[in-house]
Amino acid sequence: MHEWALAEAVIATVAEAAEKERLKEITEVQIKVGELQQVELDILEFALSQLKTSKFKRAKFKIETAKAEFQCRVCGHKWVFNKETLDKDTAEAIHFVPEVAHTYIKCPKCGSPDFEIIEGRGVWLESIKGAK
Amino acid sequence: MVDPRGSIIDERMRGIRKVIAVSSGKGGVGKSLIASTLALTLTKKGYRVGLFDLDFTSPSTHIILGIGDVQPKEDKGIVPPKIHGLEYMSIVYYSRDQVTPLRGADVSNALIELLSITKWGKLDFLVLDMPPGIGDATLDLIRLIKKIEFLIVTTPSQLAFETAKKLASMLEELKIPIIGIVENMKMNQSEAIREQTRKLGLTYLIGIPYDSQIEETIGKTKKLLDTRMGKEAERLVPHLG
Repeated sequence: MHEWALAEAVIATVAEAAEKERLKEITEVQIKVGELQQVELDILEFALSQLKTSKFKRAKFKIETAKAEFQCRVCGHKWVFNKETLDKDTAEAIHFVPEVAHTYIKCPKCGSPDFEIIEGRGVWLESIKGAK
Repeated sequence: MVDPRGSIIDERMRGIRKVIAVSSGKGGVGKSLIASTLALTLTKKGYRVGLFDLDFTSPSTHIILGIGDVQPKEDKGIVPPKIHGLEYMSIVYYSRDQVTPLRGADVSNALIELLSITKWGKLDFLVLDMPPGIGDATLDLIRLIKKIEFLIVTTPSQLAFETAKKLASMLEELKIPIIGIVENMKMNQSEAIREQTRKLGLTYLIGIPYDSQIEETIGKTKKLLDTRMGKEAERLVPHLG
């Protein structure tokens, strides 16, 4: 996912949650980013700092990356994502739409494109802390 | 744990007046050709139009439009390129037109991802070329796009129409607007589909005759608009509001 679009989504989701919980300000947001997204953390941090509203003035964004792991549905083999094996255009395509991994990555053991992304896909808000 | 992507889809759709999902119960009824022809017709009439190919595993509107070597621009998200005057988005920009085998959950994820990152301009109409059936994409779109309306395509075949009926009945149950039914590939003057549509309380929009020459218009949009499908698509416009 694109870093700016992601930052916009994070701010909107946290603002919604804060409204629901009647938080006057946000103090901490924990974000987990799947490795498959290849999110550039410094751009994400910059985008978050630019998009945050007054409610987020003192907010700290703690960002953690989760390793991407795949499991073949045909032979059961498990392996990890290795960006270095991809060319620049392919890596960028997966950055924008991680599901196209199924176009470019095959099971290294049996060659099947039918694998599950068991970890490291997506972006999740793990926790939101704030003051009422 | 919350997936933040859903929160910005409303924002991404804000500048779009109408979202029209061109859908069907069965595949092979001509949805992609109709969605493309409709989008081109609306553009020709001066409307601001977007076309989004949501048939991720078998996209084809890029071939119908003959998009050539274009890519979206990056600007705090993804800005779809303009092709023949309409904003065009498809997974083929990222799959480079290679096979993309996706299971249901992957289809959902790719759909949510693209809806979250795509920055459409101010549009009168966003036409969605849907995958066939009542699967993940249909259910996700109903959940995520509040202003969605459906245009259901069938052929004169009772088999196609039966599945169109099922789709219509689900949409009615969910109180999702149905613009009406388009009958494609009509082989004769039979009124059977029109009559059955009327009995369902739905609008029979147009009947498009079978055209053996339509293959020759693939990639040639001007030629496509000159076909009977092109002419009939013009008659659809007043129904879209």
